[in-house]
Amino acid sequence: MDRAATAEKIAELIEPFNKKGVAVTEATTFAGDLEWDSLTVMDFVASIEDEFDIIITMNMQAEIENVGQLVDTVISVQDN
Amino acid sequence: MTDLFSKFDPLIKQREDLLSTGIKDPFSLVMEKVISPTVALCNGKETILLGTYNYMGMTFDPDVLAAGKKALDEFGAGTTGSRVLNGTYSPHRDCEEALKEFYGMDHAMVFSTGYQANLGIISTMASKEDYIILDIDSHASIYDGCALGNAQIVPFRHNDVDALEKRLKRLPPEAGKLVVLEGVYSMLGDIAPLKEMITIAKAHGAMVLVDEAHSMGFIGPKGRGVAEDQGVLDQVDFVIGTFSKSVGTVGGFCVSNHPKFEVLRLVCRPYVFTASLPPSVVATAATSIRKLMHAGDKRAHLWENSRKLHKGLKDLGFQLGTETPQSAIISVIMPDLERGAAMWEALLDHGVYVNLARPPATPAGMTLLRCSLCAEHSSEQVDDIIGRFKAAGAVAGVLG
Ligand SMILES: Cc1ncc(COP(=O)(O)O)c(C=O)c1O
Repeated sequence: MDRAATAEKIAELIEPFNKKGVAVTEATTFAGDLEWDSLTVMDFVASIEDEFDIIITMNMQAEIENVGQLVDTVISVQDN
Repeated sequence: MTDLFSKFDPLIKQREDLLSTGIKDPFSLVMEKVISPTVALCNGKETILLGTYNYMGMTFDPDVLAAGKKALDEFGAGTTGSRVLNGTYSPHRDCEEALKEFYGMDHAMVFSTGYQANLGIISTMASKEDYIILDIDSHASIYDGCALGNAQIVPFRHNDVDALEKRLKRLPPEAGKLVVLEGVYSMLGDIAPLKEMITIAKAHGAMVLVDEAHSMGFIGPKGRGVAEDQGVLDQVDFVIGTFSKSVGTVGGFCVSNHPKFEVLRLVCRPYVFTASLPPSVVATAATSIRKLMHAGDKRAHLWENSRKLHKGLKDLGFQLGTETPQSAIISVIMPDLERGAAMWEALLDHGVYVNLARPPATPAGMTLLRCSLCAEHSSEQVDDIIGRFKAAGAVAGVLG
């Protein structure tokens, strides 16, 4: 999967949790723009992990603030 | 200058807003006199205690008190030192012997609190290239143990066996792994499917740590906890526990059969760099632990109390944390913090103390009234409690 395809898939997975209907770009932040609480984050991370068959540790999650950073993380974890 | 306290402003405001409605501060109760394990004087009023962790009612046990007084006389008020320097007296060793007898395990290490036991064991055991896989609803001391160390942290959905298995499957097979579980989760009082989870953890080459803080003395044929009850205690690598609940004093511990366990006494910083417990405390703990080994009747009565309160509150129409009574904790779910605090106060006015719990300690942002039963609560007291819940629920507008 190239970066665009990964980004597109992630955007798709954000939608069920995008209760506020925010227009999502790579700069969109999870806590600030999407206003997700910890429970939503957990469910969303689980859906990303299942889709890409990866693990995103809490250590990695702590570094991720926006959608673009998540895309980068998913790609780098898949490469490893 | 930036005031470093400004980050607490939202919390200060929430608290002020709550108190400005005239409600008593639920987090500053003082007990003027403790009459028994189940009754205290609060604001001059005799109050039934339904929010302590004194599950087995050992705080006033005559043998326990006598052991403490004797040790106080013989060994003094405190040790003024670390366990690894001048802080190990014979009562500390004896307390560790009592734990080994209680669990039938080879090694026991006593910490100054259960919080420190988790902090120390978890942070010391797993290093940067290792993985800690833990239930998302784990106790603060487990998370803080993770934060103090530098392992890779992998949470999974609460009590979800499949979620645990999926994550274990995705981790590198050769990596070091520690699965961290609790026997009883103290917010809702639900128990973990340890049997399934431990089988899966072992199949993936993980070591297993189970925190049995809220089950010791009560759950399992010998009171060893949920792992014993589900027949998997022999597969648990590390049991963490506390003296601050069923044992009835203060302190924490880890027991294990790991052949190299004793090395932890040298490398575990929350064990080394703090003073050991006062001799009177470990003496009361040792006596209490040995008595808990033979407390089958008390366990049976505590189960009766738990079933009775669960049914009584459910029949009144309260929403409870579990469908069936699973432990000595019955958690009543409140619609929001305001009504939770109102109900808490109404209960106190009716002479019942329960624990008010709110986020971030609670899962899913819930406000809970947590009731914990004691083996020393009489059946009549439990009937009484149910009646007072009914009256308080009407006053606080929580019951329809
Ligand atoms: C699951 C769990 N682990 C550990 C602890 C800490 O125990 P202690 O009070 O001995 O620090 C608690 C108590 O709050 C607990 O609920």
